[in-house]
Parts: sequence; C-alpha cells; structure tokens
Amino acid sequence: MSNTHLQRAFYTLLALATLAAMARGLAVAGAQGLLFHGFAALTLGGAAMCIWERSVVRSAFSLMATFVGVAGLFLLLGNDFLAMAQILIYVGGVLALLLFGVMLTPPDLDERSLPRIGGATALLGAGVAFIISKVVGVGVRTWAVAPKLPEPTTRARDIGMAFLHPEQYVVAFELAAFLLTVALVAAVYIARRRRVDFQGETASSEGQA
Amino acid sequence: MSILAITLSAGSLLSGAAATELQGPVMGTPGAGGNFLTRLLEWLGPPQAVPTWAIALTSVLLGVAILVTMVSLIAMWSVWMERKVSGHMQCRFGPMYAGGWHGWAQTIADGVKLLLKEDLIPKGADRALFWIAPAIVLAGIFGALAALPLSYDWYFARMDLGVFTILALGSTTTIGVVMAGWASNSKWSLYGAMREAAQVIAYEIPLGISLLCPLMTLGTFSLIDASREQATLFGWDCGLGWAVFTNPFNIAAFVIFWIAALAETKRAPFDLPEAESELVAGFMTEYSGIRWSFFFMEEYAAMFLMSVVGAVFFFGGFETPLTALMRASGSDGTLLYSLVCFGTLVLKGFAGVFLMMWLRWTLPRVRIDQVMTMGYKYLTPLALLCVLLTATWEFARHLVMG
Repeated sequence: MSNTHLQRAFYTLLALATLAAMARGLAVAGAQGLLFHGFAALTLGGAAMCIWERSVVRSAFSLMATFVGVAGLFLLLGNDFLAMAQILIYVGGVLALLLFGVMLTPPDLDERSLPRIGGATALLGAGVAFIISKVVGVGVRTWAVAPKLPEPTTRARDIGMAFLHPEQYVVAFELAAFLLTVALVAAVYIARRRRVDFQGETASSEGQA
Repeated sequence: MSILAITLSAGSLLSGAAATELQGPVMGTPGAGGNFLTRLLEWLGPPQAVPTWAIALTSVLLGVAILVTMVSLIAMWSVWMERKVSGHMQCRFGPMYAGGWHGWAQTIADGVKLLLKEDLIPKGADRALFWIAPAIVLAGIFGALAALPLSYDWYFARMDLGVFTILALGSTTTIGVVMAGWASNSKWSLYGAMREAAQVIAYEIPLGISLLCPLMTLGTFSLIDASREQATLFGWDCGLGWAVFTNPFNIAAFVIFWIAALAETKRAPFDLPEAESELVAGFMTEYSGIRWSFFFMEEYAAMFLMSVVGAVFFFGGFETPLTALMRASGSDGTLLYSLVCFGTLVLKGFAGVFLMMWLRWTLPRVRIDQVMTMGYKYLTPLALLCVLLTATWEFARHLVMG
C-alpha cells in the first residue's frame, strides 16, 4: 500500500467519522448537538491529522483546526472571552510563531516515515472502532449530571475585576505575568551576543583575509 | 471554482457567520453583553412549525451572503479609489474610460477578467494547502466583519468584547498568508510568508497596547457603547466628545495605532510580504485569477476594518454634530437616524482608507530590520508610556470632575 493510498484512506475515514458524529449530534440535541459534535470533530480531527501527516508544516497547520475547535467549544459553553483569547493567543500568536520556525524545513512529504505502520494502524483502527461504537451505540445512556455552574460572564468589566480580585484569579494572574517576564528575560539572555562573540568574529575574518 | 466557494462558505461558517445573530435588532440593555452563539441557539431552541436546521441554515447562508456582498463592495470601491488616488498623486487621471464617468466600472471589468482567467496550481505546490489558503484568509476577515456594528441598531451580534473579537479573528488571516507562501513552493513566496509572520507578530503588540488608551478613556470594549460614550463632551451632548478631544494622550496613541495598523494590513511602507520590487509579488506570486483576487479583497477589507476600529475608538464612531442635532430634534431611533449613523461610519472608515493610500504613495518601503527595530524597540515602549500617561490623565480627570 503506497503512501497516497494510506493518505486517502485516512482522510476518507476522518471525513466519515466527522459526518457520523455531526449527524448523531443533530439527531440527539438539534442545532446545539450539531455544533458541539462539529467542533469536537474539528478538535480531534486536527489533532489526529497533526500526528498522521508526514510533513511537519502540514502538522503545524492542522493544529489550527484543533485551536479553532477548542475556541468553538468555549463559545458553546457561553464564554466569549476565553474563545477569543484562545484564537488571539494560539492561532494568531503561538501558531504563527511555530510556523515561523517550522516553515524553513523543505516541503518534502516523505520526510517523516511511518516506521511502525502496523502498530499505528491497529491502534488507529481500535480507536476509530471505539468512537464508532460510541457514536452508533444503541440505547439511551444516562449521563451523570454535573451541579449547575454559575452563569458565565461575557462582560469585560466583570472579567477585569475577576482578574484583580483577591478572592478570584489575582494570584494566577500575577504568577502568569511573572512567568512570562522570566521567560522573556531568559530569551533575551540566550539570544544576546556578548562582546567576546564579536571579538572572535573580527579575529577570524582578519585571519581569513 | 465552485468547490472553492463551498470551502469558503464552510470556513466563514466556522469562524464568522456562525457568529451571526440574525434575530433582527435586539434591544438589549447597553453593555448587557450576551453570547451571540448561545443566544442564537436559545432563539432556535423552542419547537416551531419550521424545523430548526432550516432556520439555522437560512440564517447562516443569509449572513454569508451579506458578508460576501460587503467584502466585494468594499474591495470594488477601494480598488477604484486607490487607482484614482495614485493617479492624481502622480499627475495623471487613473482609469477614465470603463463605464463612462471617470472609469467607475473599471473594477467590475477587472472582476470579470479575473473570474475568466485560468486558475493555475504550480506543479511542485502542496495542492491541498495552496487550495485552502485563500479560503482561510477570507474566513478570518469575514469573522472580523461579522463582529462589526454598522449602526446603533444594525449589527450581527451585540458583543461586549467587540474590539477584542475583531482583533482576534482578524489575526487569523496571518495563518492563511503563511500557508499560501509555504504551499506555493517558491522562494519568493516563502520569503513573503516569513516576513508576514515576523511583521504581524511584532506589530500586534503595539496595536493592542495603543488601543488600550481609548479603551481606558471610554471604559468599554464594545464598539456601540464606545460610540455612545463619545456623544457627550464634558456633559454637553454635541456629538464631539471624541476620545482624542477628551484626552490628549490618545492622539499619540492614535499615531502608534495607525503605524501598527499599516503593518498589520501589509500596506506600504510596510508592504514587505508582497514587495513587488524585491519578491515579484511575495506570498501571492504563484496565485492567479480569482484566487489571487481573494488576497486583495482581504487586504482592502482589512484596511477598512482597521480604519473603522480607529474611527470608532479615537474619532467618535457614529457620532458627529449631525447625529447630536438629530437626537436633539427627536428623530432618535428612526430609520433615517440609523442611516445617518451608518453613513458617518462608512465615511470615517473611507477617510482612514484614503489616509492609508496617501501614505502608501508618499513613503518609501522600509527594510525588514528597520520594521523589526521600529516595532520592538520604539513603538512597544512608546505605547506602554502612552497607557501610563492616559491612565494618569483619566485618574486626574476623575479626581477633578468627580
């Protein structure tokens, strides 16, 4: 079985699983179920593609589907702020930065071979079978019901107050700020060129001349 | 072509039009917020004669249709305007023949030409990514436009986090550009994509920070509430309480915002990703026909979007003395009032677009190291300083005025 055939089989399977999940969602919970299953399929499908794709850049691009799917799930949970922060930070920032590094690899689709193809296929098959058995599982399952959560806020003022309120997220907020500052200083320290580096460079170029 | 169109609608459905809240004007209390998606679902929830999926499908398709029309109209008008502006700045007329009056139909003729052109995919290109990149670029800008209110009571979704949403969804177009550049398998495209990634990451920081200044002055993220906030100047409803008038540091913040916005929208003097004289056409070197024009539609829509964000948060949004006069004469809430607000916003937006064109044909392109130096070493610290000074001014104003 050549690579192209494997690719085709994988993507057909993925598309079928997505469609099955969305149909199941529509049947069970209407538009809300459709959207939930669509976003879930996007998240999981993106992750599966990220592992499956042989090209590093394609793997990185497929992460975008995962990030957007997670943002969609946040939207369904009624939290605009988290969804938009997810898109702004992960899609606009982290992914662009990741691509910036990864993009300098040559566009060779065979660069990552699949050494243990048998085991991987078996695992994938088992996973897909499990998902399908869940999706088409007969009978009505009764799920445990979580206690009612407080209504999520989408008001900027409430979110801002929550970040600075001593009984809410102020410690996490300040710790995150501290962590980012440390990371920034460390990055500058590593990337900085010392005076010794410049001196060595001048000496070597003179030696060549 | 039709397949691409389907991809496009699917992409915009995911990010943008799923966000549409097509239940007509929702008269919520100002600043009440509310999630557009959950509210759409709430609205779809009760069983009716029409099946819910039909309503959902219709509303999404309607939203997509409105957004596509909007983007096409903005691009059509802006391209003609750019030709006229550049022509007159170079002592010539620009297009004069197509359509009769000052070549008004030139862009329509171009659109027909682009639709009929052969759609090429280079042999070594990554076909799937090459094919999906323009769709992702357009989906991002559709999503951002869906969050834009067009008048006090004309909007897809009333969001308390309006400008945050616009910036977040607008930033996803970068991924599309990078994808296009890499998938083309051409060194010019790759250079363009690398420059785009580096530039956008560098300038998102001063863009966001400089926007914080008017956000502090107005105290809201929502575009509608920000406009309403700017109606009164020191308690006098004259439609001139613009953020730049009530706080002088907002003027400095606007200059920083504008430079960063030019870099975000890849406009000259920051058009390094497509630098014609260096990289052929940068990330879109290998694109042709209508797919190529999608990148330009995105660019002009993004220019308009950035101008509108600038107009709303620095220059009063829907507010002018005319709207104040209309409020005073009691025609508040009529269709005419909505139309005037819409016209004001469009005029202010295109004034910004004109400023961008003016700058493009005036300033020479900067080098990539100069772009990076300016973003990281000058604009970011200056924007932070602006935030500090604005906060001090607002604190003093609250102390004095109570």
